[in-house]
Parts: sequence; C-alpha cells; structure tokens
Amino acid sequence: MDQFTINLLFVGASFAVYIGIAVWARAGSTSEFYAAGRGIHPVTNGMATAADWMSAASFISMAGLIAFTGYDNSSFLMGWTGGYVLLALLLAPYLRKFGKFTVSEFIGDRFYSPTARLVAVICLIVASLTYVIGQMTGVGVAFGRFLEVSNTAGLLIGACVVFAYAVFGGMKGVTYTQVAQYVVLITAYTIPAVFISLQLTGNPIPALGLFGEHAASGEPLLAKLDQIVRELGFNEYTAHHGDTLNMVLFTLSLMIGTAGLPHVIMRFFTVPRVADARWSAGWALVFIALLYLTAPAVGAMARLNISELMWPNGTDAQAVSVEQIETDPKYDWMATWQKTGLLGWEDKNGDGRIQYYNDANAEMQAKAAEEGWEGNELTNFNRDILVLANPEIANLPGWVIGLVAAGGIAAALSTAAGLLLAISSAVSHDLIKGRFNPAISEKGELMSARVAMAAAIVVASYLGLNPPGFAAQTVALAFGIAAASLFPVLMMGIFTKVNNKGAVAGMLTGLTVTLVYIFLHKGWFFIPDTNSFTDADPLLGTIKSTSFGAVGAMINFAVAFTVSKMTAPIPKEIEELVESVRVPKGAAAAAADH
Amino acid sequence: MSDTKDKEAANAYWKTNVRIILWSLVIWALVSFGFGILLRPMLSGIAVGGTDLGFWFAQQGSILVFLALIFFYAWRMNKLDAEHGVGEE
Repeated sequence: MDQFTINLLFVGASFAVYIGIAVWARAGSTSEFYAAGRGIHPVTNGMATAADWMSAASFISMAGLIAFTGYDNSSFLMGWTGGYVLLALLLAPYLRKFGKFTVSEFIGDRFYSPTARLVAVICLIVASLTYVIGQMTGVGVAFGRFLEVSNTAGLLIGACVVFAYAVFGGMKGVTYTQVAQYVVLITAYTIPAVFISLQLTGNPIPALGLFGEHAASGEPLLAKLDQIVRELGFNEYTAHHGDTLNMVLFTLSLMIGTAGLPHVIMRFFTVPRVADARWSAGWALVFIALLYLTAPAVGAMARLNISELMWPNGTDAQAVSVEQIETDPKYDWMATWQKTGLLGWEDKNGDGRIQYYNDANAEMQAKAAEEGWEGNELTNFNRDILVLANPEIANLPGWVIGLVAAGGIAAALSTAAGLLLAISSAVSHDLIKGRFNPAISEKGELMSARVAMAAAIVVASYLGLNPPGFAAQTVALAFGIAAASLFPVLMMGIFTKVNNKGAVAGMLTGLTVTLVYIFLHKGWFFIPDTNSFTDADPLLGTIKSTSFGAVGAMINFAVAFTVSKMTAPIPKEIEELVESVRVPKGAAAAAADH
Repeated sequence: MSDTKDKEAANAYWKTNVRIILWSLVIWALVSFGFGILLRPMLSGIAVGGTDLGFWFAQQGSILVFLALIFFYAWRMNKLDAEHGVGEE
C-alpha cells in the first residue's frame, strides 16, 4: 500500500468516527447546546478540555520551538500548563457554581453592568476569532501535505466535518468528538516519540529518555546535544541565553492567558457539580501533561537527529553530500518537504556537500574561511515541519506517518470546534438573548445558536482561506486579550468586592494598554511597517510585546481597585451573589433555576 | 439566627480556602519562576541527566508539581466542604 492510501485510511477512519458521534449526540435544548446538559463526567471533561486546549500550535509547533531554541523556550511548557493551576484554584469551581452558560454572562451579572458584558463579549469574540484562523489554516496545511489535495479543499473538508457535529450537537457533540480527537492526537504524538526515544536512548518513555543516556556515544543525551550544537556554533541547548525578566513575564502572560481563555473556561460549565470542576481541571492537566512531558523530548531528539544527519560522520569530518541527500532513502524526507517550500538547501560553495552551521557566529566564520564554506547551506528549516516530518526523519514505518496526519488534523479541529462554540454562544446567548431579544423562546434561542455556529464556521473558513496579516500574531493577540482583560476581571468578581465602574475601567485600560503595546511593536492593526519599536529592542526595557499580557493584567487590577474605591460600593444583592458563588452548596439548584 | 450562623460558617470556610490557595500559589511560583528560572543558577550544582536541576524543573518538574497541586487542592477542598457543611447534596 502506498503512503497516500495509508494516510487516506487513517484520516478517513478518524473522520468517520467524528461523524458517527455527530449523529449520536444531537443537542435538544439550550442547556445541551451550551453546556452538554451539565452531565459530563469530570474525567471525560478533562479529556475533552485537553483536546480543546491543545491546538495545532501545541501539536505541530511547540516541539519545534523548543528544538531550535532549547531551554529558553521552556516558557511554553510552564506557561501552557501552569495556567491550569490558576484555573483550578481561582476560577473553575466558582464559575461552575454560578451556573450560567457563558463567561461574559458572569461578568455582566456580577458587575451588574450590560457595558461590562458587552466589553467581555467583544474581547471573547476577538480573542477566539484570531485563534481559530490559525486552526483553520493548520487543517488546510495538514491536508495539503498528507492527502495531496489543495490547502483550500482541505480546509473546506475540515469545515464541513466541524459543521456536522458542532451545529447539530453543540457542546454535547463537541465534547464527545473532542474525546475521540484526544485519543487520536495523543496516540499520534506518542508513538513516533517512543520509537525515536528507543532508537536514541533505548528508553521507551521519551520523557525519561530525554534525561537518559545517548546509546550511540554512552554520554547523557543532553550533554551530547549541547556538544554537537556548540561545535556547529549554535547556542548551547540547555543554557539560558535570553533575558530573565522577559522570560518570567512571558511565562506569566501565558499562564494568565491560558486561565482567561473563554473556550477553556466554558468546558468547566459542563460538569455536574463544583467538586467535579475541581477534579476535572486536574484530569485536564493529566491529559495535557502526557503530551507536554513528551514534547521537550521530541524537540531535543529531533534536533540531535537532524544535526547528525547533516554531519553523518561527526562535526570534525565532512558534511553530508548532495548526492547522498538525493539518493539515500534516509534523506527522502528532505526532498518531500522541499516541495512544500518549508525546507531548503543550497550548495553555495559548490563543493557537493551541504554544510549546516551557525554562520552568524564569529568562531564559525573563521572556521568557514579556513574550510572554504560560504555560509550555512541548510538555508530554510521551518520549525513547524519538525513534528510532522519526525517519523520520516527517524525512518519510521508508513502507518506512523498516516497516524501523525490524522493527529495533526484532530488537534486543529478539536480546538477550532471549541473556539467556534465560544463564539456562537456569545453571539446567541449574550448578544441575541441578552441584549436584543430577551423574550426569545428556548426553541428560538437554540435555533439562533445553531445559525450563529454555522455563521462562525463560514467566517472562520473565509479568514482561514484569506488569512489577514495578523494571523501569525495569534499568540500575542489572543493571550494578550485574555490575560489583560478577562482573567483579572473574573478573578476580582470572585475574590473581591470591586464594583461595576472599577471592572469596566480596569478591563478597558488593561486591554487598551496591552493592544497599544502590541501594535507599537507589531504595527498598528498588524499593518507592516507601522511599528515604532521591535521585539529585539522593545519600548520598556527588555519586555517583548508577547510578554506584555502580565503587565496589562497588573494595570487592570490596579485601575479596577482605584476606581472601585472612589465610587459607590456594590449593592446588597451582588454582595449576596459573591457570597453564594464562594460556597459549593446549592450548585444543582443554581443550574435548575436557569 | 441560623442565617448569621450560616454566614459565620461561610466566612470561616472562605478564609481557610484563601489560605490554602495562597500556599498553593507560593509552591506554584517557586517551582516555575523560582527553580525553573530565577533560582536556576543556584541549583546548577545539582546534576540531572546531563544537565542541571533547574532545566529539569523548567521542562518537566514544574508540570508534575502543578499536577500534584491541583489534585491536592481538589481533595483538600472537598474535605473542607464537608467539614463546614457547605458541600453539595
């Protein structure tokens, strides 16, 4: 069987499962559509949350980010998991007790302010929409690479599948599909990692292999990797090179942003009890950790593999020859990925060999002059291909490649569905029912939720096909908004008696300052060349625009407290609301009232 | 009468909860921002698999501690709910 047929079988089978779930899990009420009838078991919800959370960025990009930077990008590992501690301790149980359907509804009720609710809805839609664009393009790319269809056709097939289970099943359909998608994506991520870990270290558990021994040399794997990258003139893998303050703030911004992202928070509305919300956050992190503990091993091992492939006889000997790349089956993956434009090499000095080294390093430049090298000849290595190409780099069997194809698509689809659900419930529940037509019937609201979902899919597909310039800045934008506006106001709503004016003022200042800081560095509305600063030389000390969310959050807190102190305290019924949110008792009743 | 009693119970419950959260967050920050980043130079003498303890905390250790923290909190709070009679059912 050829590779194309294998890929088609794996992706086709996974899609058949998703469609099957769509038929089985239809939503019959708004409660089922928004919160899966609050009947999801905490472990099931944890698994769905993990799939919801782990996007194309976690599955495809993260290991590559770590592989080419090493220790400094540990921020992604700590940031994207540490946020769950904040979620479990500070938000999830209380928002579940509150027992409503959207994040913005809590903000509107707690701060007795339609303005606060509207600001929250806008933040929610902007953050989710930017985030979903990347998922849709990710689906297109994965299809394009593995199934030999155009990116456009791939994206549209993906959109149709999401349509089938999200429009009819709502949260109920999405939850069970996400469980299936989690199983697909974690299997796809783990199996190649286990093979590679066995090849390199003899240890079947990649997370342990990372700190184990490199079988070929008998040295510790990380010491070996440090040595090779040093010899090629790159920064040592395990050493700290970046700025410490920026690393702390970046990690913190990712943590706060994670806890404030609405599509993650709303998953905790689906469990039956407050106690379940607490357990469920733990289970979510268990399932996330399975991938996040493997990712740094995948990154380090791939970096080692690539370096050794380019220097098959060691860095002191000759580099790999062009002839070997073109004929040796071990190098087939290079030709495959060259076609996508994501990998490129060029024999600049015409010696018939490809020298891969850091040509910006002074010592290496001296060595290059001596050896007659004319610059790094592995000219293009897109970080995003690392995980997808990994099975081929390690020479694994064809079915592993098919599995990775299905896994990449599952990661992108599951996150896209969660985001689309956040957007459509904000539109139908917060805007249509909350603002324009409060008298709408249950049936009418369910219908409008479905129409909103269909519309959101159309908009997201359109933006995925015609990505605006800011698509690549998703991380900065979505996390900036969630960290600087949503997280602080949710936390203050539960832990403090901040009033309506404080909340609105805090949200708006936190959001504005963060957006301005991002725009100053990335260009106004991400239009190229309109920026006054760059992340290499930021406005405030060493704080890059991607790390500013934490600062924005602090500004939000400070402004909210100050304004709240100077204006009228919260009314008695809101004080009672805060007190009732703080104790689990009566969670079932709160849900039934609704 | 029972209303004020309920209120006092809820207040005591909330105070304990906030204290547990604060201690948990101290550990949360210590393993990630502390051991993983700021205190890494101090821990550089402790070797772990070809590198040092700080690197391990940054790439794996902090995640394992986060997991332990969330499960501890869930267990502790469910116990506290029962002690103060504010749990569900």
